[in-house]
Amino acid sequence: MDILANLALGFSVALSPFTLFLAVCGCFLGTIIGALPGLGPSNGVAILIPITFTLGLDATSALVLMTSVYYGAMYGGRISSILLNIPGDEPALMTTLDGYPMAKQGRAGDALVLSGVASFVGALLATVGLMLLAPTLARVAFFFGPAEYFALYLLAFCTLGGMASNNQAKAALAACMGLGIAMIGVDSSSGLPRLTGGNLHLFDGIDFLVAIVGLFAIAEVFFFIESHGKGSSIGVKLDKVRIPWKDIMATKWTMLRASGVGFIAGILPGAGASLGSFLAYMTEKSIAGEKGGFGTGVPKGVAAPEAGNNSAAGGALVPMLTLGVPGSGTTAVLLALLMTLNITPGPTLFTEKADVVWGLIASLLIANVVLLLMNVPMVKIFVKILSVPAWVLLPGVTMISFVGIYSLSGSYFDLLLMVGFGVLGYILRKLDVPTVPVILGILLGGKMEDALRRAMTLSDGDPIYLFSSPIAIGLWVAAIAGFVAPMFLRGVLKKPPAVTD
Amino acid sequence: MTQRFFKALMTSAVLSAGLAGGAYAAECIAPANPGGGWDFTCRQIGKIMYDIGAVDQPVQVTNMPGAGGGLAYNHVVSERADDSDVVIAASSATTTRLAQNAYAGMTADQVRFVGAIGADPGVIAVAADSDYQSLGDLVEAIKADPGSVAFAGGSAVGGFDHLKPLMILKEAGFTDITSVKYIGVDGGADAITQTVGGFTQAMTGDMSEIVSFLANGDIRVIAVLTEERVPGFDDIPTAKEQGFDVVAVNWRGLYVPKDISDAKFDEWAGKLQQVADSDEWAQAMADNGLAPFTKVGGDFQAYVDGLVAEINAMSKELGVLQ
Repeated sequence: MDILANLALGFSVALSPFTLFLAVCGCFLGTIIGALPGLGPSNGVAILIPITFTLGLDATSALVLMTSVYYGAMYGGRISSILLNIPGDEPALMTTLDGYPMAKQGRAGDALVLSGVASFVGALLATVGLMLLAPTLARVAFFFGPAEYFALYLLAFCTLGGMASNNQAKAALAACMGLGIAMIGVDSSSGLPRLTGGNLHLFDGIDFLVAIVGLFAIAEVFFFIESHGKGSSIGVKLDKVRIPWKDIMATKWTMLRASGVGFIAGILPGAGASLGSFLAYMTEKSIAGEKGGFGTGVPKGVAAPEAGNNSAAGGALVPMLTLGVPGSGTTAVLLALLMTLNITPGPTLFTEKADVVWGLIASLLIANVVLLLMNVPMVKIFVKILSVPAWVLLPGVTMISFVGIYSLSGSYFDLLLMVGFGVLGYILRKLDVPTVPVILGILLGGKMEDALRRAMTLSDGDPIYLFSSPIAIGLWVAAIAGFVAPMFLRGVLKKPPAVTD
Repeated sequence: MTQRFFKALMTSAVLSAGLAGGAYAAECIAPANPGGGWDFTCRQIGKIMYDIGAVDQPVQVTNMPGAGGGLAYNHVVSERADDSDVVIAASSATTTRLAQNAYAGMTADQVRFVGAIGADPGVIAVAADSDYQSLGDLVEAIKADPGSVAFAGGSAVGGFDHLKPLMILKEAGFTDITSVKYIGVDGGADAITQTVGGFTQAMTGDMSEIVSFLANGDIRVIAVLTEERVPGFDDIPTAKEQGFDVVAVNWRGLYVPKDISDAKFDEWAGKLQQVADSDEWAQAMADNGLAPFTKVGGDFQAYVDGLVAEINAMSKELGVLQ
């Protein structure tokens, strides 16, 4: 067995007391970084790159540290999503939808443990997928041209309407706002700035982390001020932490499916973990149907996005290692690290630098196991956060948000922008407009537009080009079905509620 | 997606201050996220300067992404104009954007270009199974039907990767350059996947972007845009020997703030020259597909001015600049 021999090689490289120690440190740091709003996996890895050089770590040790921070942050993002309703990083966005309601029902511990297990399953399956299939899967990227990417993002938007269960029009409105915000910046197809007002800070567009932290964390502060520090929605009931075996068993298929969906989204360059968790959540939601109760705090709604985003994180390593194309922001930073270590990822990496690749895979497996072992007992500590009174917790979160956002570009402009988003978030919530679609609009809108513009350049503006491959057609069918089906199925699946009051 | 690197500066600042008792260290600003060419320039040059003893503190690398290098340029021009402890990574992209007025009115004479010590040769590549065997084939196909060939490259429309095939076509006597199809994607590797996947017919980019794909046999490089064939890639013909006298390299170099003293400028030029002459840099270039290209000091400023004028003229013709 080649793979087993290779894996043994990997572990022989990556498994030593010192690297294990690094893995534990990395996982711990990563979890904390992931949990803090505004600091995500890409910051975490970026922050630690200079440290690895200062410490004089060799390539393997540096990789072990980085990958454990990477996976750690992917785990950590869920913590603030569940406990505070503030996504710790962008892929954890979807976890707020069911994680926070679940915590409000007094099941914060359950939600944390369950999402930890889901993260483990997702990351483990993705690592195994990476191990078995990477060289083959890298070819998938060759089948995705502009038309296919456009259809893929369209699929994401078409299923968006079904996300906010109360009012689809408001969800659509919010998504359009996100799309509008995504327009800001230099237009990649003409090189001309749009809607920037000549401000250099806007030339690269608006960072969605600024939007996330503004819409969630800062808006929360405004609500807190409005209520004079009383009755903030922050602060959920505490419960005893135990391992919710029943929920884990009940969601095992959800985790497997979500891992599969997430992994595929991760492999596609540019789609990344956020799309992975989104598609995983929406897939599970449509499988469960109206009775599934997604959005009200069901275990499946917590397990799906977490398995999805961790699996996408692993999947994103496939194009990074085999093509040198980073599938997400974090893999871009990891790519930078590899380059600095004089390792150039590409199609020949698996054969030429087998010790590095398998050392990396082994360190992913190590990090994953360490994280599971660490996260379940640590849930007790995390839940303690909830006993911190809101008047202490919230200013703290705000402070961290400001520091985190300032670290993006080192410019105060982003801080002003973040406060602006906070005001927007406050208004939107007052109007009962969901904010998650705004973020997704910003996140995916720009990429969708780029794909469309490229497709139109290639085809001289012929729209037929968008349906020119089986993959594109398949995605279109799924997108249209995803958009139309809820409208018709609603009548079939569920009787209209009787008006009694 | 963007990476956040200011933190890295703060962390390393704290660390090195702690280690060295607060001595003042030089800073290299990479005007982009980690992972790109500018980041590579800062990290490699900074590391080698320290390794060979040209500087006595490790050079701190700050990533300042934004506006294609415009934010860092603005920062240096407006806030650091007399700071002699800072250098900024630059490349052909810097001059291209300056020539196209993409830095919100700032011009090339607002900083001083220290030098370039290596260049990434421009390449035109096609998929391994493509019908186009030579640059001549490709040019003929475009002349016959401009719509039949689409290029993919890592820069936006009007960027340096876009200009490369246009320079070749102009040399070949094809004047309708606005009819040439080009899509800008997220970097050279992405441009290759689009070309190998058959969505575009040719890829325009840098040598460093294609090295690993070359070994794998997915693509065929039909021309390298240098004077001579590149050492180590001796089977790749130059455009020049195929009858298209075009040289387009993506040089890697540094600029410094405008108002530093001539002595300080010469000091940086000297340090850069030391790096250029080092074995470490030779190795780093070989590992990353860079070709030797050393222009340091006064020569370089003249070269930059020439480039800016040339690209400015071409951009006006292309219509990306009024």
